[in-house]
Amino acid sequence: MDSPRSNSHTVAELHHKQPAFRGLEAGHLACSGCGQALGARLVTEAIGPDVIIANATGCLEVFTSAWPRSSWRVPWIHSLFENAPAVASGIEAALKAQGRATKVVALGGDGGTFDIGLQSLSGMLERNHNVLYICFDNEAYMNTGVHRSSSTPHAAMTMTSPSGKMRMGKRHLKKDLLAIIGAHQIPYAATATVAYPSDLRAKVRRGIEIEGAAFLLVHSPCPLGWGHDGALSIEVARLAVETGIFPILEMERGNVVTAMKIRDVRPVVDYLRPQERFHHLFDDSPEARDELEHLQQLADHNIERYRLTASQPEAHDSEGVDTVGRGGMRWS
Amino acid sequence: MGDLTEIRIEGRGGQGNVVAAYMLARAAFEDARFAQAYPSFGPERRGAPVSAFVRISDEPIKQRCQISDPLYVIIQDPSLLHVPNICAGIRADGGILINASTEVAPARFPGIAHVTSIPATAMALRVLSEPIPNVALLAAFLTLTELIPLAAYERVLAHRFHGQDLKSNLQLVREASSYVARSSWKEASHAAAN
Amino acid sequence: MLQPIEGSAAVAKAVALCRPQVVAAYPITPQTHIVEGIARLIADDDLRCELISVESEFSAISAILGAAAAGSRAYTASSAQGILLMTEVLHNVAGLRIPLVMTCANRAIGAPVSAWNDQQDSMVMRDTGWIQLYCADNQEAVDTTIHAFRIAERTELPVMVCMDGYILTHTLEVIDLPTQEQADAFLPPYHFARTLDPRKPLTIGTLVTPDFYTEARYANHRALIRAQEEILAADRDWEKISGRSCGRLLSVNGPYDADVAVLSIGSVMGTLSDAREQHPELGPVKLIKLRSMRPFPIDELKRACERVSELIVLERALSPGGGGIIGPEVRAVLSELHSPPRIHNFAAGLGGRDIPLEIYPKLIEAARAHEVTRFAIIDVDIDKLAVEDR
Repeated sequence: MDSPRSNSHTVAELHHKQPAFRGLEAGHLACSGCGQALGARLVTEAIGPDVIIANATGCLEVFTSAWPRSSWRVPWIHSLFENAPAVASGIEAALKAQGRATKVVALGGDGGTFDIGLQSLSGMLERNHNVLYICFDNEAYMNTGVHRSSSTPHAAMTMTSPSGKMRMGKRHLKKDLLAIIGAHQIPYAATATVAYPSDLRAKVRRGIEIEGAAFLLVHSPCPLGWGHDGALSIEVARLAVETGIFPILEMERGNVVTAMKIRDVRPVVDYLRPQERFHHLFDDSPEARDELEHLQQLADHNIERYRLTASQPEAHDSEGVDTVGRGGMRWS
Repeated sequence: MGDLTEIRIEGRGGQGNVVAAYMLARAAFEDARFAQAYPSFGPERRGAPVSAFVRISDEPIKQRCQISDPLYVIIQDPSLLHVPNICAGIRADGGILINASTEVAPARFPGIAHVTSIPATAMALRVLSEPIPNVALLAAFLTLTELIPLAAYERVLAHRFHGQDLKSNLQLVREASSYVARSSWKEASHAAAN
Repeated sequence: MLQPIEGSAAVAKAVALCRPQVVAAYPITPQTHIVEGIARLIADDDLRCELISVESEFSAISAILGAAAAGSRAYTASSAQGILLMTEVLHNVAGLRIPLVMTCANRAIGAPVSAWNDQQDSMVMRDTGWIQLYCADNQEAVDTTIHAFRIAERTELPVMVCMDGYILTHTLEVIDLPTQEQADAFLPPYHFARTLDPRKPLTIGTLVTPDFYTEARYANHRALIRAQEEILAADRDWEKISGRSCGRLLSVNGPYDADVAVLSIGSVMGTLSDAREQHPELGPVKLIKLRSMRPFPIDELKRACERVSELIVLERALSPGGGGIIGPEVRAVLSELHSPPRIHNFAAGLGGRDIPLEIYPKLIEAARAHEVTRFAIIDVDIDKLAVEDR
């Protein structure tokens, strides 16, 4: 640790350079550019060491806990695919019975959250356990090899929703999970993205402070599954926000209270074009053009519904893109 | 197995015949005997016929099979008399006690040693202001059979009721007991003991 | 203290005596009276405990998995469909070696839909890695529940306490309920070495490659076999405190030189006992009460059957297309004897069909028959079936 009287750095610079507590250590087996790995790191940095994590089956669990190694520096338990919220409920009850104040956090992917674990999540929220649930949404069952979930966007290609003569990718719309969460009237729910790390960290800290159930949906690009270069993950995630496809919202007891404004709204094709999973929408066929129009309407609908356009330009969180521009994180 | 006595209580869902069975079992316990009581197993519907069962013995009761040939049957609700074979399986040397406002002719149960009626609901209405026949029925039953001393049953009631409620229930016990002729079934009890 | 009490209510009190900190509850007949009893104890402040009313049995067992991993003694109860819904988690708990106790109020599995008793539900879970102990009456249900917490915590294996639904759960009988002092003398505070704790972070539930999975499974298997010592110790030590034994892993009742024996499990033992007393003319017969299904008491079973030439295995479950469940396991073990008995395997009492006293002479008659009955459902009423289904 550098002395505060070091003549080459201010204290602020030193704090900036000093690594935060890494609940998730480097050296795991994630793909390069994995949005979920980035998200999990940001989340655990924001939470700190006083936490117990219940993690659902999925990419995150697999690439961090291949025996005999573990990337986790916090107490962590993986049980099954569909029960992380129930396990977390039990941990929370135990800590309550023991009079311990450690926070309980549950982590899951979209498969485990939107689909197979939805019942367990609903139960945990309904009972208002003091647990922060964070879903890393990479929009498919990626761990099993890119299979469609109810979170997969409309018209996206996956191995179980391929495009072809009869199909244009996933037929159904992306499930509006936030509306389902909102119906549980929990104190705090929000969407976030790995493209805006400060915003994500702030929301994690808010979620931790809530006495009761809180939920975060973190948009997390998967280069392999979405079909883009790992170096473009953050840019792709940012485009999802700037096109209106993935609104960044905060919700309290079912009511949307904040929405991250889009300074310059981008057309939806700017988001779709870099991703192989939407490749079939660019063959200029009538069906493809129809789908592009449909997706634009979905984005427009979000923008209107949540009033995402700014009346005037305002600063937005550019930490992610600035860091990439700098060439990445540097720990000195 | 010794002197095992088996009783079936016929009632309608919601009338408390399971409670009655439990009370009888508790009375046996108060008398330092062993007892086993259980309802007919399965979902219960209000108003549908349901049975409850009691075994009483001086020794620990091991068998868990259903009671197929009870010595005694208590019928809590006179409308059950229309159910065919409501007393199916009862032993010939046994006794049937019926809650009925008018005397039920023993000829309705040919071959059964004892058939007695008692207007238990009317008694309960008068003494407790509630149309719950169980206390009167059990008091009458124990008087007829001398299976368990009434005092033991009264101790069970004392665990359950207090103050004026207890006084009224004990009064009902006395009235019901006097109503039925003392010991008219006693030989049935003895036969079971031998 | 002796008192007349319903089986479920007695089990609820036994659980409370063990001072659980977290109980998860999801309703299913015929276990419901147990969790209702616990809820009432909590509501009346007779038990300080977090009661989580979960939204399914899958979540019930998952929640107490979490609670036990986080350092709290935890409990739940279920039956039939609920037990089956828990299947994946049961394997998970045992594989993670997390100490838990669950009551299985034995009930038949649908289809056909049945709310009544048999033991199919727990029998099909015998391969999950849980310890399984069966209760012959409600006193054993109380005592075994108390044993179970200690066994689980000493072995780091979950324990399923099996009691016949309705027949035991819904029957009121005279039971000696232990005191809090007795329970505390027997069961120390919960201690789990791998408790999730930020002061000592651990990763639980890792992915294991073929390089180590076999070793992990081997360790599980050995742990279950070694658990026999803890099951015996619990029975012994509780007997010193309460005066009662539940019959170790397996117990034998009857004349030493009887060469005919009936082996069974659960509440039917009482009926068999009274029936034997009623039929002295059928000759001396040993009654073998199987208590521990997992771990399977191989040595005790062989010892019990050394002098037996005709053994009847009576069970309340079956493996469709195969035969019995206990029967084949018994046969496999006894084949190691120098001269194994002839073994007749019967299923009865499925879906709550009453097993009457009269079954006993039928069983003894079958044992004396020329042919061995490899497997038969002894109480099937074949006339109820269409010809093509017989």
